[in-house]
Amino acid sequence: MTKNIERLYNGIIKENPTFVLMLGMCPTLAVTSSASNGLGMGLTTTAVLIMANLMISALRNVIPQKVRIPAFIVIVASFVTMVQLLLQAYLPFLNESLGIYIPLIVVNCIILGRAEAYASKNPVVNSIFDGIGMGLGFTLGLTAIGIFRELIGNGEVFGHAISFIADYKIGIFTAAPGAFFVLAALTAIQNKLKAPCATNKAEASDIACGGNCTSCSGSACKGNKELIEAEQLAAQAEKVRKAKEAAAAKAAAKAAAEAKKED
Amino acid sequence: MSNLLHVSSSPHIRSQSSTTTLMSDVVIALIPATAWGVYKFGWHAFWLVMACVISSIATEYAYQKLMKRPVTIHDMSAMVTGILLALNLPQTFPIWMAVVGSVFAILVVKQVFGGIGQNFMNPALAARCFLLISFGAQMTDFAVDTVSGATPLALIKNGTGSVEAILAGDKLTVTDLFLGNIGGSMGEISTLMILIGAAYLLIRKVISWRTPVMYLATFTVFMGLFGGRGFDLTYLAAQLCGGGIMLGAFFMATDYATSPITKNGKLVYGVALGLVTGIFRIWSGSAEGVSYAIIFCNLLVPLIEKVTLPRFFGQGVTKNAK
Repeated sequence: MTKNIERLYNGIIKENPTFVLMLGMCPTLAVTSSASNGLGMGLTTTAVLIMANLMISALRNVIPQKVRIPAFIVIVASFVTMVQLLLQAYLPFLNESLGIYIPLIVVNCIILGRAEAYASKNPVVNSIFDGIGMGLGFTLGLTAIGIFRELIGNGEVFGHAISFIADYKIGIFTAAPGAFFVLAALTAIQNKLKAPCATNKAEASDIACGGNCTSCSGSACKGNKELIEAEQLAAQAEKVRKAKEAAAAKAAAKAAAEAKKED
Repeated sequence: MSNLLHVSSSPHIRSQSSTTTLMSDVVIALIPATAWGVYKFGWHAFWLVMACVISSIATEYAYQKLMKRPVTIHDMSAMVTGILLALNLPQTFPIWMAVVGSVFAILVVKQVFGGIGQNFMNPALAARCFLLISFGAQMTDFAVDTVSGATPLALIKNGTGSVEAILAGDKLTVTDLFLGNIGGSMGEISTLMILIGAAYLLIRKVISWRTPVMYLATFTVFMGLFGGRGFDLTYLAAQLCGGGIMLGAFFMATDYATSPITKNGKLVYGVALGLVTGIFRIWSGSAEGVSYAIIFCNLLVPLIEKVTLPRFFGQGVTKNAK
């Protein structure tokens, strides 16, 4: 049970998909024009994420390694279709305001990411909790950004007018550019506070620049290139060595067979 | 020891002009248009200009202090941004919205990208577009003397019949458009006042003739070809004098940081501006398109500079030799 609670904590706080992993940026930018849109998108994604994690985890020993990505997409797409039909039937207004972004959940990188990184390697119950945690984390992120944009851009929160802000609303924040302003400001604050997030990794990465784009001056890429080239060279040498070994083994087998014939 | 004995690297001959002198020339050149706007629209227009200028300078000072960067408010570039933004606003515009626009211009468009010389689009125009998206109703409220009226350009775009008849319906002639007896944004109504300022800048060699002349010429030809009224002189004159194109061509399109530095690049940039403005004015929903055209072409500037780089002596000779 502790592992399941750890999964929830991991999804909502430690590896929050919006604020820390910075995955699923397309819906984050596109549908957070109001708090209710953000909440609706988050919960829809959560539902798909839980079901997809459950199914992929259950089938993890059946799905062949080579075709796992198409298999994941087929599973996710089936659930997205179900969820979309349910939305059309029971929440038509949400379906209308989210529009094309519902079918686009199929290619949401949070869902594929969790399938690849967690559900395909872990038991069913843990995967379900992972889906709940990640989904709620995503919902939290979208709703928070949605509240902020709706408040500044429209003077409302969840459709309720806030009187002292309603007179000073700045409409661009509910339009597409506003999403970029808010997200950029958020990331700038995270970088400044050195908070853990995808643009601000605390631990040094394998690549020469440490993966921290804020300190990149361009010169770090040189070391990076050398590192990658060295890796490629090593891989090539390995390939040549393997080919030689295979050839040697073949020759040995042939010699053995001929020796047998002679006998 | 004589100073003559000191050896330094080139350049040895320096011009006296600096950012501050250039920017003060621009401020001087903007005085006629600003004064006309204040004369036509009264004290609120004056307070709008003051609000924009003060908030622009204050934003730049506050940001640079907070970020521990050298403070550059003495170079007057923030003041120019403030004045240009104010000239792009209708005279009924609320003061607090103008302040929001100025903060956006300096903070988001200029300082975040690295301060003066580093901005990728004109701060004043980017702020105008920001305000247009945010406060559409207030930005297009060109009421004069409490009579809410459309600009001459909108009248011509939506009206039928000859241009003279449309203008006469509003008791206007093309001369009114040229002198500035019309509704519109504060600084763009009087073509005459803008031309006086532009002549000053051209004489002082602060701006080059290339971009504005190519801009206006391309635009005129384009409107003549595709405007639907042929080369009707009244129509073309109304298009040139009725909107923001004069202010845009001489004061915004010539901004150093956001226009090409090569001579041919300036010509290409002017042509691109003329085409895009014409397309926006004829086929977009709005009657005006100068500000969007200029910030759009600002984004093309690096490409224009790349293809118009002058050849150095001897470059490319072997290619052409047979």
